[in-house]
Amino acid sequence: MIDLGRKAGFGLTARNRAERRFQWVGRFAIGISLSFLLVMVGDIMITASGTIKRTEIALAVDLGPDRIDPADPQSASYGGLVKASLRDMFPNVTKRAEKKRLYNLVSPEAVFEVARIVAEDPGLLGGKRQIWVSASDDLDLYLRGKIDTDQPQKRRRISDAEIEWIDALQDADRLRRVLNWKFLTGGDSREPEIAGILSALVGSALSLAVCLAISFPLGIGAAIYLEEFAPANRLSDLIEVNINNLAAVPSIVFGLLGLAIFLGVMGLPRSSPLVGGMVLALMTLPTIIIAARAALKSVPPSFKEAALALGASPVQAVFHHSVPVAMPGMLTGAIVGMAQALGETAPLLMIGMVAFIVDIPTSILEPATALPVQIFLWADSPERAFTEKTAAAIIVLLIFLVSMNLVAILLRRKLETRF
Amino acid sequence: MATRPINLTTAVRPKWPDRIVVGILGACAGVAIFVTLGIVLSLVFETVKFFQKVPPGDFLFGLNWSPQTAIRADQVGSGGSFGVVPLINGTLLISAIAMVVATPLGLMSAVYLSEYSSKRARDWIKPGLEILAGIPTVVYGFFAALTLAPFIRMTGGQFGLEIASESALAAGVAMGIMIVPLISSLSDDVINTVPQSLRDASYGLGATQSETIRRVVLPAALPGIAGSLLLATSRAIGETMIVLMAAGMAAKLSLNPLDAVTTITVQIVALLTGDQEFDSAKTLSAFALGLFLFVITLFINVVALGIVRKYQERYD
Repeated sequence: MIDLGRKAGFGLTARNRAERRFQWVGRFAIGISLSFLLVMVGDIMITASGTIKRTEIALAVDLGPDRIDPADPQSASYGGLVKASLRDMFPNVTKRAEKKRLYNLVSPEAVFEVARIVAEDPGLLGGKRQIWVSASDDLDLYLRGKIDTDQPQKRRRISDAEIEWIDALQDADRLRRVLNWKFLTGGDSREPEIAGILSALVGSALSLAVCLAISFPLGIGAAIYLEEFAPANRLSDLIEVNINNLAAVPSIVFGLLGLAIFLGVMGLPRSSPLVGGMVLALMTLPTIIIAARAALKSVPPSFKEAALALGASPVQAVFHHSVPVAMPGMLTGAIVGMAQALGETAPLLMIGMVAFIVDIPTSILEPATALPVQIFLWADSPERAFTEKTAAAIIVLLIFLVSMNLVAILLRRKLETRF
Repeated sequence: MATRPINLTTAVRPKWPDRIVVGILGACAGVAIFVTLGIVLSLVFETVKFFQKVPPGDFLFGLNWSPQTAIRADQVGSGGSFGVVPLINGTLLISAIAMVVATPLGLMSAVYLSEYSSKRARDWIKPGLEILAGIPTVVYGFFAALTLAPFIRMTGGQFGLEIASESALAAGVAMGIMIVPLISSLSDDVINTVPQSLRDASYGLGATQSETIRRVVLPAALPGIAGSLLLATSRAIGETMIVLMAAGMAAKLSLNPLDAVTTITVQIVALLTGDQEFDSAKTLSAFALGLFLFVITLFINVVALGIVRKYQERYD
C-alpha cells in the first residue's frame, strides 16, 4: 500500500523537506481563510466608520410673527423659512438653478426638523433663532474628504459653487459633526443622511419572536418524541431522514413554500413578520431538533431508570428528569437557530419583506422588513452614503449575532454538567 | 412508627394521559414530514401549471432564458423563452469556482487541525473558522460586490484582461470562502475516524507524517471526504444572496469565469420580487426552477449522506 520503494532510507533530507512543506501548506490554508475573515470584517468596519457621525448646519431661521402665526405655528411654511434662511446667508445667489443647489446643502428632512423643534418649544417664536438641522449627504461626504475635488466639476456630485459655500459655512462655524443616533433610532428613508435601521431591527425582532414561538416548542417536542418514545419502525426512520434532508434544503425553497402556502393558500398578509417568522421557523426547526436530540442523548439513562424504578410513568420520567437536565443544551440549540434565522435573507425576499418601510412596525401583521433585507436593499443603492450605511447596518447585525452566540456559549459552559 | 399499607389498586394509574402526551409529541415530529410534503406539493402544483403553458422539453433543454420578452409572436403562454440550460451553466460555473477555492483550503485546514496542530492552537483556530460559517451570506455578497469584484477587475485590467464588473469569479471566490468551514469541519470528523492503527503501521514502515497522511489517512478517508465535498457542492448550488448581489442577471452560456453569468436562485428572486402577475408563465417558472433546485440538492444530499454513513460503518 505504501510506495516507499527504493527511496526508503535514501533522500531523507528531501523527504523531511517535503514534510515541512506539507505542514506549511496546511498553515497557509488556515491563514488564507482567517485573513479573508479579517480583511472582510475590517473593510466593512472602515466603510462603516463614516456613519458614526453626521453633519449639521446652523441656520438662522426667522421665527418672527410675520412669518409664523403664533396662534397656529404648525400652519407656517417651514420649507419657505429654511430656504429664506439659506438665501440670507448667501445673498449674492440669485439665479434659479443656483438657488436650487443652495437649498440642496441641507437635507430634505431639515424642514420637518425645524417644524418639530418649534412645536416642542413654542418659546422660540418671535425672532431670529439659530437652529441646527441635518446637512445633505453630499456635504457630509465632502467634509470628510470623500469627494475627489481634482475631478472635473461635471463628474462629481458637488459643484465648485457648493464647495465655496461649504467652506464659507465652515469658516463661519456654522457646521458641526455630531454622533449619529438617528441611524439607530430612525426608520428607512430615501435620504441616506437620515436613514436608520430601527424599523428593520423591529421587523427582525418581531419575526424572530414568531419564529421562536413556533419552532422552539415544535422542535423540543419532536426531539423528545424521536429520542425517547418513537418506536423503531419505518415511520420513525422516515421522520429522521426527513429532518436531516430538511436541514440541507436551500433556504430560498422555504421562501417558495411560504409564498405558495402561507400567502397563496392561507391568505396571510404579505410582507408581515408573521409570515416571515413562520418561514424562518420551518427553516430553523431541523437545527433545533438536532441540537435538542443531542442534548437528550447526553443525559445518562440511569436518571430516567431511577425514576421508572420508583414508579414514575415513562412520560413523568422523561419530563421530570431527562428534559430538565437537557434544557441548557436545548436552549443553546434554540439560540444558535435564532442567530441563523436572524441572518437569513433569501426566503424573506420571496414573501415580500423587501418593502420600503419608514414607520416602525407595531404588530406582526403590518408590513415590515428585516435587518439583512435592509442591508440587501441599501447595498443596491448607487449613492456612496448608502454604502456606508450598509456597512454600518452589517456591523450592527454582526454585533447581534456575536452576542447571541456568546450567550449560547456562556449558557453551555455555565449550565452544562458533564456525566 | 406506623406503616401505611400501599393500596395497589390506586397505584395503577390510567394510561391515557401518557398516551395523549406522547401523541402530541409525535405530532410535533410529524410536522417535519408535513413541511417536506408542503414543499413538494406547492412546488409540483405550480410547476404542473407552468408546464401547461411551456412544454417541459423547452424548459429542460432550451438554450435561451429570457422570461421578460416575447421572442416569437406566436409563442405559447405569455411570451418569453424559458430554457433552463444557461442558468444551470451559470450555477455550475460559480459552484465550480467555489469548490476550486474551498476544497484545497478546507481539506488542508482539516488535515492540519486534526494531524498537526497543538490542542491550544486548535481551540483558537476552530472557532475562528466557525465564525466564517456564522456570517450571514448577505455580508459575503456585500463584500464580494463592493470590494472583491472591483479588486479582481482592477488586477485583471493590469494584465490586460477584460473582466465583467459582475464576474462569476468574485461571487465564486466569496462563496468558496463561505464553504471552507463546512468542508473543514466535516473532513475533520472523517479524518478523526480513521483508526490510529493504520497510521501506526505506516510509521512502523518508516513513512514520515506527511507521507502517512497522503498515502494512508487520506485514501482511507476518501469516501467520507467525497461525501463532505458533495454536501458543500449542494450548499453552493442553493446559495442565493452572494450570487444575487455579486453575480449578474444576464443568462449566458459561458464557461469563462471572468464573464457575468446568472444562476437558478438569482432568477427565482428576480422573477418573484417586484410586480408579479399571478398565474403568468413568468411567475410560475420560478416554481419550476425551485422544484428543479430542490430535486438536484435533495439528490446530492441523499447520495452524500449515504456515502458518509456507509463510510462510518466501515470503521465502527
